[in-house]
Amino acid sequence: MNERFSISPKLKTLSLSLIGIGLLTLIIGGIVLLGSSDIHAKTRFWEALLHNSIFFLLISVASAFILAASSLAQGGWLVAYRRIPEAIGANVWIFGLIATVIMFLIAFTFRVHTPEGDINPIYRWMTPGHDEILLGKRGFLNPYFFSIFTICAIGAWSFFGLKFRRLSASQDQAAKTATKNYWNTIFFSGLFMLVYALTQMSAAPWMWIMSIDAHWFSTMFSWYVWASAFVTGMAFILMWVVYLKNQGYLAIVNKEHIHDLGKLMFAFSIFYTYVWFAQYMLIWYGNIPEETTYFKVRMEGPYTLMWFGVFVICFVMPILILMSRPSKRNYFTAIFMAMFLIFGHWLDFFQMIYPGPMGAKWALSWYEIGIVCGFIGIHIYSVATSLTKYPLVPKNHPFLKESILHVS
Amino acid sequence: MAIKKFAVAAYQDEEVLFPAVKAARNSGYKLHDVYTPFPVHGLDHALGLKDTDLHVAGFIYGITGTTTALGFISWILTSDWPLNFGGKPHFALAAWIPITFELTVLFSAVGMFLTFCYLNQIMPGVKKHVFHPRQSDDLFVIVMEVTDGTSEIELLDFLKTTGALETKIEVAESEWWYGRWDQKEPYELAG
Repeated sequence: MNERFSISPKLKTLSLSLIGIGLLTLIIGGIVLLGSSDIHAKTRFWEALLHNSIFFLLISVASAFILAASSLAQGGWLVAYRRIPEAIGANVWIFGLIATVIMFLIAFTFRVHTPEGDINPIYRWMTPGHDEILLGKRGFLNPYFFSIFTICAIGAWSFFGLKFRRLSASQDQAAKTATKNYWNTIFFSGLFMLVYALTQMSAAPWMWIMSIDAHWFSTMFSWYVWASAFVTGMAFILMWVVYLKNQGYLAIVNKEHIHDLGKLMFAFSIFYTYVWFAQYMLIWYGNIPEETTYFKVRMEGPYTLMWFGVFVICFVMPILILMSRPSKRNYFTAIFMAMFLIFGHWLDFFQMIYPGPMGAKWALSWYEIGIVCGFIGIHIYSVATSLTKYPLVPKNHPFLKESILHVS
Repeated sequence: MAIKKFAVAAYQDEEVLFPAVKAARNSGYKLHDVYTPFPVHGLDHALGLKDTDLHVAGFIYGITGTTTALGFISWILTSDWPLNFGGKPHFALAAWIPITFELTVLFSAVGMFLTFCYLNQIMPGVKKHVFHPRQSDDLFVIVMEVTDGTSEIELLDFLKTTGALETKIEVAESEWWYGRWDQKEPYELAG
């Protein structure tokens, strides 16, 4: 059994060249977009960075979440490929650092000159002026709370991401019957759940994403963002599992484990649509102008095609394709749907973040694609690097045998 | 409805049961059924049962529920008796989704439950013969059919070699019948 992962030259070239494309796009974007006098071009430069850094941060934390959830439930099914979510979760600090830097740069340095004075087009609440609604939200949306909360939340996620992997790795060295690491993992999982509920499930998406449309609010927004991030996180884990299997690793993983990930992707696509629709329908039925503005620009404006496209990719496709048992157990359909779901939820994040500041002047062309290439490159390179650090099979985990024999 | 002769073998636990089931299937004797006190993982594979198609039925029931809900509500609210709810359009699709969802779930749940009962032949009043009083308590029971060409003694000897705790021959009704628990079974009435 080949337990130790080593990065193939092909993967290394691919990820490094993707990072190169990203950096090149960033530099050209900095010259062309940030140097332009057009407000929307300047905003576009920051929007793409914000979009991708939050997206990749949240899907990395989703990996730590599935580890914590399965540890708390004492689930054995995940153990066979546990090292993959561990590796993704251990990289939360990389995307966390990137996201913190980008959000702080946007919040504190990005200003454009308008007749009403200097404003921040993305986080309008940073420069509220005489806007009474924004001044009324000062208690939540202010620079101090934003800074402290962002640093604390991302710091805690990074800590737990690294902690889960360290606990799992120290079990490799411990005796086969030792249970100390197992109970420690459960303890830290419980703690993580509390932190996660108070950050990702509540204030973080409100503060980082919803506050872009600063006048609008929805309490369901965070769950909606979470469901989106969780489905994508599962899709990334599935892609890594199948990639490693194709490379000849993870001999103990079989169709039963793929079936489990497919089930989670399917079920949480439905959950995502449920939350998405619950938010939409209440606002549609209430028909209050201050609430419907959010959907007006997305549904009946320049984003209509993307809006319904996201609905098709993230709901209609999974429900039709992933519903049957054989398609969840088939490597091709599972990977096919994983790629579409990643793309669909990326578009979903796009239409959360772009319409507020960009309005009809949005673009999805060379700059956005270049930046997402860079982030994919960072994801591949960092996850592959952390996969090489420990054996791919947690050989002393108490549930390893159960996981190998697992039938879903 | 047919009265047949059966060989009944009771086993202590599933570790004896699995090799016994395998041997019984390979022996050439006719396997009637296996009764266990609790659902045993992997027994369906050991018995060679094919996967159920219950979920296909569930999908069809669900689709029926969706169409019923959407068809009925849209017929009422757009052509039969249009009402104005707070200035909403008559064809207010978003407002109907919760009802559609509920009806989909209701149809598929009730439909699958009844289909499940039909497939397993369970219903209030439907009775089946209990081969061993402890089959729902702590013993695992394999029931083989004694067909015309089968020797009773050889079959019982075979079952004993597979590790059976006790074996016996029983004449019983092989299908279900309507009745009450305190009534006599059909073969007893006939005999």
